[in-house]
Amino acid sequence: MTHKETITAAEKVPKNKAFLLWELFKTFFILGGFTIGGGIVMVPLIEKELVKKKGWIKAEEFIDMMALIQSVPGVMTVNSAIIVGYRLAGPSGAMLSVLGGALPSFVVILVIASFFVRFNQYPIIQKFLLGARPGVVALLIYAAISLGKKGIRDKKGILIFVSGLLALYFLNIHPIIVIIVSGFLGYIIYHEGRVK
Amino acid sequence: MKLLVSMFLTFAKIGAFSFGGGYAMIPLMKKEVVSLHGWLTIQEMIDIIAISQMTPGPIAINLATFVGYKIADFPGALAATVGVITPSLIIITVIARFFFKFQNESKMQWVLGGIRPVVVALVAFAALVIGNTALHDVKGYLITAIAFIAVFIFKIHPILVIISSGILGIMLY
Repeated sequence: MTHKETITAAEKVPKNKAFLLWELFKTFFILGGFTIGGGIVMVPLIEKELVKKKGWIKAEEFIDMMALIQSVPGVMTVNSAIIVGYRLAGPSGAMLSVLGGALPSFVVILVIASFFVRFNQYPIIQKFLLGARPGVVALLIYAAISLGKKGIRDKKGILIFVSGLLALYFLNIHPIIVIIVSGFLGYIIYHEGRVK
Repeated sequence: MKLLVSMFLTFAKIGAFSFGGGYAMIPLMKKEVVSLHGWLTIQEMIDIIAISQMTPGPIAINLATFVGYKIADFPGALAATVGVITPSLIIITVIARFFFKFQNESKMQWVLGGIRPVVVALVAFAALVIGNTALHDVKGYLITAIAFIAVFIFKIHPILVIISSGILGIMLY
């Protein structure tokens, strides 16, 4: 039922495909250029721009989209550009949105990378990085705590967390294997929980 | 050419197995980029993560661009960056075709029930590994402690945390 509503929600979407593609590219280029640090920060910005301001996507559909991209692998920012672009303008929309979104960081990092070797020799930059590295550690500890509050909800979760950490740290197991095994465990554990 | 293909595939692997945001990908990036291929040292990787906090775009894209450029100039940057994006492009385009059908599928939710706790383990592991490299004296621990209080208690934005940590570094070292 909701499918039909969401399809009719595309009324405000421009009919001119070239214009729409350009708008998608431009929107994600601007969003990509201003979301420092990347990640989930981009979601409310996309919502403001495409749901509230332009009205191209219905609020409920946007929530569904964001729920969907969080349940598949991939970089959040990239995923959100792809799904929005695809829903509004098909495969070419997905391509142009992701291109627009990734371009600013691509260019900025290219510039930094081309100067980095020279930059790196200045004592002041070296000292800055000596301080920034412990800062990164603090952000990671904080991220682990706040993710833990959301992601670990029951004893099974604690078990998966502990065994995952042991496997990574002491057994030096490849992260991809750890992810696959834990997904498989999740399937078995939560599937059985559902049946009862 | 072989190098470009290898870089594309490595970063596609990173893109295909990233769950739960940039930090959770650090162990995978370290394994592939630092341990297996030796394209970066762990120090360089931490520096890029720090730079990522101050520049636009997600860590994975930034790292891909940086590594690609360092190893094989512009073609390398392009190959690696397109590599990170490609799995998402394929997965989401395929799923978007069956959008609502997928929504009702709870099997993926069961799988994610297992992946979510391990994402926390991945981030905790990243903190341990990076801590081992980044912290080698009292000053380092001090900066981590101050930065942690800033972000945890005072909810200071990560950009400011990294910039202030860097400035503290200039003052202390």
